[in-house]
Amino acid sequence: MSKSSESKSAVSRRSALKTLGLGAGAAAALPLWARYSSAETAAPIRIGFQKHATGIGAAYGRWYDRTSQAAVRLINEAGGINGRMVELVTEDDGTDPKRGAEVIEKFATQSNCDVAFGTLFSHVVVGSAPRAGELKLPYFVVSEGHHVASGMLNRYTVQPGITDVKSQVQAMAPFVSQNLGKKVTMIFPDYAFGHDHRDFFTAAIEAQGGEVVGLIPIPPTETSFTKYFPKIPRETEVIYHVMVGPGVLTFVKELGEFFGPSRPEIFGFIDSLEAVDLASPGLEFLEGTYFWEGNPRYAQPDQTEYDKHFRAAIGIDENGASINDSKDVSTYAHMFGCWETLYVIKAGMEAAGYAGPQDRAKLIEAVEAITTMPHSNEHPQGAKVFNGKTHQVFGPQYISKVVDGKLMVVHTASIEDGMYPDEVDYTTQAL
Amino acid sequence: MDFGPYLMLATLEGAVLAAVLALMASGLSLVFGVMRVVNVAHGEFYMLGAVLAWWVTSMVGGGPAVAFVAALIVVPVIVGALAAAADMTVLKRLEYDPERTIVATIGLLYILQQVTLMTYGADARPVVPPFNTRLALPWLEWSDGGLHMFWPWGLSTTTYKLFVIVAGIVILSAVWAMMRHSRIGLLMRATQLDSEMAQAFGIPVERVYALVFGIGAGLAALAGVLIVPIQQAHYLMGGDALLLSFIVVIIGGLGSLAGTIVAALLIGLSDGIISVFFSPTLAKIIATLLVAFVLVFRPQGLFGTRDR
Amino acid sequence: MTETQKILVLHVGLIALLFALNFILPAYHHGNLARVMVLATYAIGYNVMLGYTGLLSLGHAMFFAAGMYGMALSIRHLGFAPAPALLVGIASGAGLALVVGLLALRTAGVAFMIVTLMFAQTVYLTILLAGRWTRGDEGFVIQQHERVLWGIDLSDPSSRYLAALTLFAICLFATLNLIRRPLGRVFVAIRENEERARLLGYNVFRAKLFSVVISGTISAAAGASYGLLFGYAGATFATVQYSIFPLLWVLLGGTGTIIGPFLGALFMFYLIDLSSGVTNAYMLIAGVALVVLVMFAPQGIAGELRRRIWSWLP
Repeated sequence: MSKSSESKSAVSRRSALKTLGLGAGAAAALPLWARYSSAETAAPIRIGFQKHATGIGAAYGRWYDRTSQAAVRLINEAGGINGRMVELVTEDDGTDPKRGAEVIEKFATQSNCDVAFGTLFSHVVVGSAPRAGELKLPYFVVSEGHHVASGMLNRYTVQPGITDVKSQVQAMAPFVSQNLGKKVTMIFPDYAFGHDHRDFFTAAIEAQGGEVVGLIPIPPTETSFTKYFPKIPRETEVIYHVMVGPGVLTFVKELGEFFGPSRPEIFGFIDSLEAVDLASPGLEFLEGTYFWEGNPRYAQPDQTEYDKHFRAAIGIDENGASINDSKDVSTYAHMFGCWETLYVIKAGMEAAGYAGPQDRAKLIEAVEAITTMPHSNEHPQGAKVFNGKTHQVFGPQYISKVVDGKLMVVHTASIEDGMYPDEVDYTTQAL
Repeated sequence: MDFGPYLMLATLEGAVLAAVLALMASGLSLVFGVMRVVNVAHGEFYMLGAVLAWWVTSMVGGGPAVAFVAALIVVPVIVGALAAAADMTVLKRLEYDPERTIVATIGLLYILQQVTLMTYGADARPVVPPFNTRLALPWLEWSDGGLHMFWPWGLSTTTYKLFVIVAGIVILSAVWAMMRHSRIGLLMRATQLDSEMAQAFGIPVERVYALVFGIGAGLAALAGVLIVPIQQAHYLMGGDALLLSFIVVIIGGLGSLAGTIVAALLIGLSDGIISVFFSPTLAKIIATLLVAFVLVFRPQGLFGTRDR
Repeated sequence: MTETQKILVLHVGLIALLFALNFILPAYHHGNLARVMVLATYAIGYNVMLGYTGLLSLGHAMFFAAGMYGMALSIRHLGFAPAPALLVGIASGAGLALVVGLLALRTAGVAFMIVTLMFAQTVYLTILLAGRWTRGDEGFVIQQHERVLWGIDLSDPSSRYLAALTLFAICLFATLNLIRRPLGRVFVAIRENEERARLLGYNVFRAKLFSVVISGTISAAAGASYGLLFGYAGATFATVQYSIFPLLWVLLGGTGTIIGPFLGALFMFYLIDLSSGVTNAYMLIAGVALVVLVMFAPQGIAGELRRRIWSWLP
């Protein structure tokens, strides 16, 4: 079936409905297509925001929300999308895949959303994506998981605003092996996200002539960590750590207490300290250690105008904390993804001439056609390359060193450092 | 790390867990023993202890030590009062029916979690320990025909962790003394043996129940205050703590305070020591199965006398 | 009408009503009800143990997960078609229930609760440990083309709804039949007074084992169907939270009633769904609702119906 016949039938349904003069109450009882086509074109574009407001993702959810609200405000001040205002429809998913899937259904069939957006935690993405695909609801995730590019999901699920873990990890290996050491011990959560780190980094460091000498997977329910640290082999030159969840600060603190004055080099993913103040008690030992950052939390000496603009719009100071409360530290390394994704949605809708849900397939095709995004106010983290076949974006990565209690960027991995061969071609799937 | 020092480190870590667990579980055990109530919200009182400790220490000036002592005194009282109020308004009206109290305390759990999320937020927040010096520990090694002392890499603890172990012992001794030698303890024990008889003898059973529920919650809160300088206060921290203390109470034999303490030591230490031998998640699986099999083959718990 | 007729009219009527709703419900509620019916089936399984035999388990998520993973793993790694995969899922749950029953039934009361909790925790951690095959907490998708059962695409809303209704109806009538048979009467006798049941010469252990296996099998059927209908299997479904849910649904809906699990699951679903539309603090509302219900409707919804109107309600 060609797309023109699709939109024509939608129009005829709409006019049929109008002539019938059905009221809103009757429309609510009608099947899906009927209620959608009764939407007026002047009505706002509704973006369903799947927010981790409760559950283990809540600290991220709060900042994803603030970032998204700021971006939507700016988009609306600049005239909206295709002349229509944008409205965020926020639903809590409890950081739970079952509730996540229910929320997707609600966006598609109850609250008349045009697209769904904003999920971080991988299990919620993987649990929700099948429903988004079945309901043909474009689903823009901001998750940094490899699930999109691995080919596990579907044509309607896209990750255009944040790089995935495979890309991030791969881009770190050259720096680690050249500057910190060749013998690496990895400490990671014992579930899919951690396993991705383990597998991708092991391969990447071996390609650089290094090796992983120890693997310490931590069970997700763990609250104390010291008892696992003796498993770190003595020959270790670099500790590579990545942890998520409420236990992260304990983890980092106990790591410091374990080593005392004689620590090896330490390289961590900032996930281990996202939304945590670096000045927290017990973190002094981090001085001189290194972190991956998706986006530098502390304003750098060569800060771009784009980063200034981004911080000002959300209300974040130069230390990455809320301007109202210096203790309220943001999830700066991830939340830019929401901002950039919203601008991708805008660009896609404009390119597709998006007028309503009947144009969802066109929106997906328009996003797939995007190739590059320049470093700009819309993309403050850096320039991006989008792969329309794998639905995954690629961008720069930052490595920062803790100097005087602040993260200072010492290396920027190029977009190419994070590239890898395609594992899927979603464009071959039906829309 | 060599085997010997590793085992010592794991034992020390296990002892810290055991101390906190013993405090929390003795509260749960007291409530179950006297009132026959399975309090699912017990973990949330522990969480409230930690969260309020953060709140108190950030309000009180005069250095971390003063602030921490203030939290140690004030927080258990607040949480205990809250719990006693919950007992009088909700649990009393359910006539302590086992199934209904489970549902009601699950409801209480949701309420406490959500209120904490709305007021305190989703972040894990640290409390500065009153003192925290890293102590490198020595180890003895037989070499060159004699015993030599050396400091192995990573074998260390902190003064605060040692303090938690000592504080756990002191507080539990105090609880034990209260149960054995005070009038309140006598009333509690009488109510535990036979609440109807106690009522007939003029013991204000309702007030004893409220008091017991309050003290139980207060002990959990105390455990929360003690742990928060090591682990941060977070609104979801109650769940795993509840599971562990449940296990301790059952393994120890329901309502037996001494059994609870021994079980806490057993669970705490084995958690540390099993992790020496296996990969972390496998160690958790083995520890969990071990608990299940102890109960399967000794359903009354290790120290319980009969199934009540 | 005799009591039997009334019972039949009520339950057949419920299924007929649910069938009719397939054609008139708006899309959103149509989808929700399909989900609620699968979850209600899980609760029906749970109710066999709690409501009719008086066994309180805190680990039922392991049966739900056994069904889900038995089904999903055999599709993902063995390339099974949905029908045999569904059977593998149900058989996994039944087998697990048999083993757990043999061990856990040596205990009673609170110890039984903890033993089931521990076994469930073991299952959860094992799913994480086997991350190579299960993808741990992240889980994996069961693709649309793998979910075509006898030529019926289960991702189609109407097919999904009718499949869920079929599962729900089978389990509803199976349990209704069960409790009216001798075995079901023994269950109730054990619930009311285990010692007396033993003195009357019943093999109490064997009856309880039957109860655990039936309960585990129904829960596994629900888990396997859930994975198949909604296209996802993940470790979250094996967490403690998912053991607590059926307990809540059953207690709210009415323990020891056939329609109680459905009413409880429906009530909880819409309580959370509607209140999350009004406020972010929906857990607070759920918590308050639980406390209020347990204080003023201690028998649950169906229990109150039985107390006030329909004294014959099974």
